[in-house]
Amino acid sequence: MNPAAPNPPVATPFFFYGLAAVMIIGGILVITRKNAVHSALALITALLAQAGIYLMLYAPFVAGVQIILYAGGIMVLFLFVIMLISIERNMKERQFNKQWLIGMVAAGALGGLFIAVYTTTTKGHVLFPEGRVTYQDMQNTQGVASLLFSQQTGTYMFAFEIASLLLLVAIIGAVVMAKKRI
Amino acid sequence: MHELIEYITSYLGNTTQTPGAAGNFFWATVYILLVFVGLSVAVIAMNWLERKILAHMQVRLGPMRVGPHGLLQPIADALKLLLKEDIIPDGADKLVFWIAPFIVVLAAFTVFVVVPFGPTAAITDMNIGILFMLGVSSLSVLGIVTAGWASNSHYPLIGALRSSAQMVSYEVAMGLAVVSAIMMTSLSDHGTLSMIGIVEAQRADGIWFLFKFFPLGLIAFVIFAIAMVAETNRAPFDLPEAESELTAGFHTEYSGFRWSLFFLAEYSAMIAVSSIAVTLWLGGWLRPFPNALSSPIWDQVFSLVPGATFLFLGGLCFYNTARMPKHPLFRIQTMGLAGFGTLLALIGLVMLVHGVREHVQNVFWFAAKVAAFMYLYIWYRGTFPRYRFDQLMKVGWKVLLPTGLALLILTAAFGMRAEIWQQLQEVLHL
Repeated sequence: MNPAAPNPPVATPFFFYGLAAVMIIGGILVITRKNAVHSALALITALLAQAGIYLMLYAPFVAGVQIILYAGGIMVLFLFVIMLISIERNMKERQFNKQWLIGMVAAGALGGLFIAVYTTTTKGHVLFPEGRVTYQDMQNTQGVASLLFSQQTGTYMFAFEIASLLLLVAIIGAVVMAKKRI
Repeated sequence: MHELIEYITSYLGNTTQTPGAAGNFFWATVYILLVFVGLSVAVIAMNWLERKILAHMQVRLGPMRVGPHGLLQPIADALKLLLKEDIIPDGADKLVFWIAPFIVVLAAFTVFVVVPFGPTAAITDMNIGILFMLGVSSLSVLGIVTAGWASNSHYPLIGALRSSAQMVSYEVAMGLAVVSAIMMTSLSDHGTLSMIGIVEAQRADGIWFLFKFFPLGLIAFVIFAIAMVAETNRAPFDLPEAESELTAGFHTEYSGFRWSLFFLAEYSAMIAVSSIAVTLWLGGWLRPFPNALSSPIWDQVFSLVPGATFLFLGGLCFYNTARMPKHPLFRIQTMGLAGFGTLLALIGLVMLVHGVREHVQNVFWFAAKVAAFMYLYIWYRGTFPRYRFDQLMKVGWKVLLPTGLALLILTAAFGMRAEIWQQLQEVLHL
């Protein structure tokens, strides 16, 4: 009830490592399963675990939106499309994208970046602001709203609208591709 | 040991917080068990009531054999389902087939974590309560889609595709209606997404959101009431399981225990969306007329209603006991009905006791409002013919969505009318 006094976090490492493990296993399953529906289900699991991590970061609004949009909305449409593809033929055919080398390089670079960030931070160099951002008098939902809409601090409104314009372009593109005559 | 007892009793004096908000694991677990048991009993009761009410609407008697007036029929049904063979079709995707019912049940039950049965009678209160409810209940479509796909059969696949298309389209209209109600909370105090906060805002406003900005609140409620029937795949929007076309839709290949999980999930999802509607527009746990009849005497009168209702139901049972056939074969049935009436009357008497009735009345009013919705569900099923799929999509996208958008803008404009008027005056003076 009282927004100023959230419960102290309980068993944080346990939940973090649990959720992180679910995410990593889910991510690996997404790229290793040959059956596209299994991949999609693994991706949903990973996305839900990500929502859990958002919750741990005191961002319940982001977690809720993550569940509604990604796990509930986008992934349902994914499954919708995948199920119309003949899975049997898909499984028999040889996978033909030969991008594993580029993929490995990209993944290695990203991993190296993470390790570099971790080591430099522990050595005393500060890459990130110390501690987590706390909302003194409001919670995450209100914080997001004031970042978007407030006249003093609302600096992300333009970026937000641009992002939604991007989605609109995608929707119009889909309509143009699907309809022969408009 | 002493510390444990102290930990357990420390919450008892707390009259302002839910156990989740107070961080008391013991009482949170107790509440979870209570909600789970209550929900299961409600689903069992709904099973009996639906068959009975539909039967009476069609001038039949409905279940009459198992127990007095078929009261034990749900138990017989449950036993039958548990003993049935659990069949997995030959070409099915075993793992996904096995997981699908659990996804549906988990989604349907998890939402009850935030349902406010009273100011403190909820498992927990989240800052994102309504968002959580909408999000988690939207996950149940995943279970339905995977169930339809994993069955490796045509009817379930078509049912699953219909279901996902329907649920995704009506979620939009539903969301718009919900946003307009949430906007109304922001007028008196700062706005909130918390389920308890929404009911508190209605109390502070002195009006249920159903009647606020008449008729805007009413229209939002109607949009939600239509969308929620489509969301739960119930008649007249039960195309995913339209038995005349698709046998049983997405759960055609399921049997026994797994099928009963789908059944359980469907009914608890119905209760869940009804409780969203009750919380957002019908004042949640607030009793009728909290403002017009607000004197302490009326408080007393309304606190007697729960007990009186149960006494009335017990009385009905006794009336029907007297009307039972006097043949010796009906003796056990008559005794059973009299026993059920005594049980109801005893519950009613306990609810009348001073001290108990103050605690019970919130939950009672919430449950009574939800029960009204459950009756509506049965009523729809008994009266409306099924929509055709293109008609369903037309209603969702061409009627409810534009209405919802217009409603959203109108609600915002009406809520900000003082500011808009001021701006307009400034502009005109210039």
